[in-house]
Amino acid sequence: MEHRSGRPLIRRGALRVFMTISRRHLLATAAYFAAGTVMARANVIGGSLPWHPDAGTPPTPVRPGPWHYFTAGEAAAVEALADRIIPPDPHTPGGKDAGCAVYLDRQLAGPYGRDEGDYNKGPFMPGLPNQGRQSKNGWAQQYREWLSALDTYCLAHHGNKHFAELTDAEKDDLLKGLDAGKVKLEGTDGKKFMSQAVEDIQMGFFADPIYGANHDMAAWKMIGFPGTRYNYLDWIDRHNERFPLPPVSLAGRAEWTPKAG
Amino acid sequence: MPRLALLAATGLAAVALTAALPLVSVVARDSDVQDFSQIQRGRYLATLADCVACHTRKDGGKPFAGGRPIETPFGTIVSPNITPDLKTGIGNWSDEEFDNAVRHGTRRDGARLYPAMPYSFYTKMSRDDVKAIRAYLATVAPVRNAVVTNQLPFPFSIRWSMHIWDWLFFAPGEFKPDSAKSAEWNRGAFLVSGPGHCGACHTPKNFLGADQTSQALQGGQVQGWFAPNITGNKTRGVGSMSIEEIVALLKSGHNAITSVSGPMGEEVADSSSHFTDADLKAVATYLQTVPGGDEKQPAPVAQSDPQMKAGEAIYRDTCSACHGTAGKGVPSLFPSLAKAPQAHAPDPTSNIRVVLRGVRSVATKAEPTAPAMPSFAWQLNDTQVAAVLTYIRNSWGNAAPAVSSGDVGKQRQDLANRTD
Amino acid sequence: MATKLPKKDVVIIGLGWTGSILANELTDEGLDVIAIERGPWRDAATDYPPNYAQDELRYHIRHELFLRPDQTTFTFRNKTDQTALPIRTWGAFMPPNGVGGGGVHWNAETWRFLPSDFVLRTHLTQRYGADFLPKDMTIQDWGVTYDDLEPHYDQFEYLCGTCGNAGNLKGKIQSGGNPFEGPRSRPYPNPPQKQGYGHTLWGKAAAELGYKPFPQPSGNMSRPYVNPLGVRQGPCTYCGYCEWFGCGNYSKASPQTTILPVLIRKSNFSVRDNSEVMRINTDSSGKRATSVTFVDTSGNEWEQPADLVILCAFSVFNVQLLLLSGIGTPYDPVANTGVIGRNFTHQCVSSVNGFFDKEKFNFNPFIASGAIGMCIDEFNGDNFDHGPLGFVGGGYLGQVQTNGRPIQTTPVPKGTPKWGAEWKKNVADYYLSNLKGGSIHASMYSYRDVYLDLDPTYKDRFGRPLMRMTIDFHDNELKGAQYLTDKYAEIVKAMGAKIVEKEPRKGPYDVTKYQTTHLNGGAIMGADPKTSALNRYLQSWDVSNLFVMGASAFPQNAGYNPTGTVGALAFWAAKAIREQYLKNPGPLTHA
Repeated sequence: MEHRSGRPLIRRGALRVFMTISRRHLLATAAYFAAGTVMARANVIGGSLPWHPDAGTPPTPVRPGPWHYFTAGEAAAVEALADRIIPPDPHTPGGKDAGCAVYLDRQLAGPYGRDEGDYNKGPFMPGLPNQGRQSKNGWAQQYREWLSALDTYCLAHHGNKHFAELTDAEKDDLLKGLDAGKVKLEGTDGKKFMSQAVEDIQMGFFADPIYGANHDMAAWKMIGFPGTRYNYLDWIDRHNERFPLPPVSLAGRAEWTPKAG
Repeated sequence: MPRLALLAATGLAAVALTAALPLVSVVARDSDVQDFSQIQRGRYLATLADCVACHTRKDGGKPFAGGRPIETPFGTIVSPNITPDLKTGIGNWSDEEFDNAVRHGTRRDGARLYPAMPYSFYTKMSRDDVKAIRAYLATVAPVRNAVVTNQLPFPFSIRWSMHIWDWLFFAPGEFKPDSAKSAEWNRGAFLVSGPGHCGACHTPKNFLGADQTSQALQGGQVQGWFAPNITGNKTRGVGSMSIEEIVALLKSGHNAITSVSGPMGEEVADSSSHFTDADLKAVATYLQTVPGGDEKQPAPVAQSDPQMKAGEAIYRDTCSACHGTAGKGVPSLFPSLAKAPQAHAPDPTSNIRVVLRGVRSVATKAEPTAPAMPSFAWQLNDTQVAAVLTYIRNSWGNAAPAVSSGDVGKQRQDLANRTD
Repeated sequence: MATKLPKKDVVIIGLGWTGSILANELTDEGLDVIAIERGPWRDAATDYPPNYAQDELRYHIRHELFLRPDQTTFTFRNKTDQTALPIRTWGAFMPPNGVGGGGVHWNAETWRFLPSDFVLRTHLTQRYGADFLPKDMTIQDWGVTYDDLEPHYDQFEYLCGTCGNAGNLKGKIQSGGNPFEGPRSRPYPNPPQKQGYGHTLWGKAAAELGYKPFPQPSGNMSRPYVNPLGVRQGPCTYCGYCEWFGCGNYSKASPQTTILPVLIRKSNFSVRDNSEVMRINTDSSGKRATSVTFVDTSGNEWEQPADLVILCAFSVFNVQLLLLSGIGTPYDPVANTGVIGRNFTHQCVSSVNGFFDKEKFNFNPFIASGAIGMCIDEFNGDNFDHGPLGFVGGGYLGQVQTNGRPIQTTPVPKGTPKWGAEWKKNVADYYLSNLKGGSIHASMYSYRDVYLDLDPTYKDRFGRPLMRMTIDFHDNELKGAQYLTDKYAEIVKAMGAKIVEKEPRKGPYDVTKYQTTHLNGGAIMGADPKTSALNRYLQSWDVSNLFVMGASAFPQNAGYNPTGTVGALAFWAAKAIREQYLKNPGPLTHA
């Protein structure tokens, strides 16, 4: 039976015992879905619906701390990038303060960065755009390449400055240039880098705060999204009315803790 | 020999014995092994008494073969093998010996049984009842399974101490009907205080593990759960449920207000879901007349209390997904927190347990859905669990003592060590 | 070397909708049934509880509940002269995995096909002449009629508790329902779901334009429901985390919420999860299935013998197993011979987005269910005259916005920068006043050069060839897409939208752009074994103790979501097995 080298055959788990133990002792700060880390076992089921206490694979929230994947230089570049993709304004933080670089760091350090779950067998051949991505590089590797190429470009074209050291206007020009295909990064597709970075940064911005960004649900407050609420039975008939309750995330909200006094 | 003479005198036993039993020893049986109606009666009584639950291991154990660990406040005791196996079961026991065990708490060798075996309830059954049970048990498949029953820690392992306990707390005697009450009420009283042994879980115990009879059926702790008040108390008990609703709960595990899970789920699946409708009605009729302790509600915790405000937010954001924004639940699917007796229970043990661990309600033929509540232990800390439970227990007309984060923390610890 | 297990009466491959229906029916017949499921057991409280199911990144973006391509995937190309490459991460469709299959995370849109859909070639030829149809269009009649299936549509709808307004009761058209639907014998088991503001306004605009809008038939419960098996569901709470997510509060019809609690209690039923079937074994004649071989998570091979084999995997995997087991003649598109793999179809979905004045319109998009919405059926099937239009087929038009999940549902008008301050402002301005759920759910008819076969290069983790899809849109569908999109846009404009953006489907078929998981065909049913794999009872023409369920049986796809028809066919086949096959095992029809 084939295994991808070095990794156990991994599958979303039906079996609770493993999950309970590993989850309880998991101090890891990478919040990623547990799909990539749980051993499943084949079972014969009959007689009654299975039940075990504490069952399931609840998410593990990202904890602040040192970068898991990015080097200091990469992190600075991504933070700066995030602040241009989502600039700060008086009402809502920008991508950096919203935590988007932390989000991306943890994602790239986890299964997403390793393309876990994807079909990664060869042969790898270039295809048509509508045949989808055919890269051997996982996303983590891909971003490393992209950020390195971006850095090389900045050093060469902006007086030995790194991307984070450029002015906002210079950054925007550069990024618009990447979009338009006018700014070319050496050895890599700058346009693709830009569109992927926009997608990932904005994704972190809008994802649940447990993934490291969208601090204090700032993005959700910005648009008026109530978050992980589940019961709108008394609101489905209220048409064209502003929904008044604040957003809540998988980690709850401040009001869940009793206020002293 | 006296026993043989006795058998010869009855005239039928010799034939029955040689036909049915290998002649290893002679056993005094006055139950007729060929009487099918007695066996059927015994089977029903064994269902009422729920022998199979304690005497069968949960993980694929053979029926009645014992070996199930039973948790008591004093330690674990393991149920014996009551199949007819001659070496490891009760195949060699006489009817008299069996009756002594079930109704008098005395083992074949004269030692006292621990009251994990609810002989203090089964004493209410008649000798004929127990004979019938024995006749039924003699027909189940014999299983060779040697069980070491006494696994209690010292000093509880000293069985002799049970003589004193029994002297203090055991009042043997058959059920005596109350002539002032209806036949149905009396049947219910018999079922509840006799084979049903409801008080074994639902009556609080003193520090020696005996029933606090003045508070009969007003709720008790068992195996890390709180078995609720099942008296006629209108908020904490079943007083506000109709007879039909109580019957539905016992028969299917669910009614419009609440559902059963945990050990009671087992009871419904193995025992009360197989009661006749008339018996269920009798039980319900009786329970509603049992005095239920203080009807007076405590003053609810104020809505403005910080715990209540936090609990309200948690409730609205999470619990309402199933239990509804007004705590009404969905009949036979999600319990009504506004009405369920457990939401009023002075002891919050079951409330805390289901929030931390989740639980699946019981599946029966009548109600197979068995909806399950998920675990919140990963999502809510002790303070938050305490807040939301305090809110639930003091909203929508409910009033019950607040829950503290210490309560929750302690139970979280306990549950971490529980394997059930 | 496979270890042989004790024989069962029936082995069912895959425990999704059809597997659960067949298992329940056949266990009721007293048969000893085992189901073998490739993925894990799934249950709400342990796998998608309402305290972490609402995670857009985990379930919608990272696809956690779906099959992982590294377990198996497909290769894809548009045309026969191209090289197919692996689909390394899902895009255009999301194959399911696990007990419950797609039933766990579907939208629950529950439609019936039109009577004309089942006799499509006959009907269209009669109305427009044979020359009206493209020469390479390979549509066929199904071998069953709507009338055959009506009682079984009813069965599936009552199993699920489908919520809707009947449009045609025994021939009498009812207001508030779909006036084009085939006659139904009785009303839906539940009233329709409530509609949000956007859906309601769209329905009003459609009515004002002369159409007959009706609420989408929904498998999300409009009220608590207990089905004929005694299994209960709760009311849908419009949480907005429906499709691609499991339902946390027992209000979306799925095998878990309608069948499994009853099925699992039967002593003559069991299921092996996390076990993948490798092939169906036949005897030396090749005409009789004897067992299935499957692999567990330790890599051990097992053989499960059975008298009756029911193949209930997702459509493409049904076809793959038939090919890998050597059952039926593989389709050759060049020679136009063979049947296994022919008539493969998907859907041709277009959309229209509307952007409204935020001062006047607040749609609260996050308050929705997976099958909410108002629809019109004037442009489905052959409900309209195609003569002057130059294409056939169509689909329902529906305002079916299912969510306001911010990663996927924060649109900005075309021309807005994709990032930066202006992007940020527009996202905020339009979040509550955009109408993104415009669905033009058009059919995809079958063509000679759209098919399935085994890939020559790429393999799965067991070394078996992946399925290869050769699929592209044809002019017929693209023309229809443009026409329907224009019609839809008129309605959005009439609603008062500031900006109306049309997004008609354009070729080539793109495996990165999602448009439903309605992959159909490849093991189609029909009256002629030369052009179909199964007879009208979904029994294999080649192996009479093998039945193949699911949308792989569709000779072409209609302009509706397929699950209602998949469920009806399962009940129809189950009835034939119980009442005819079991009494007299063997072919139920002859060509």
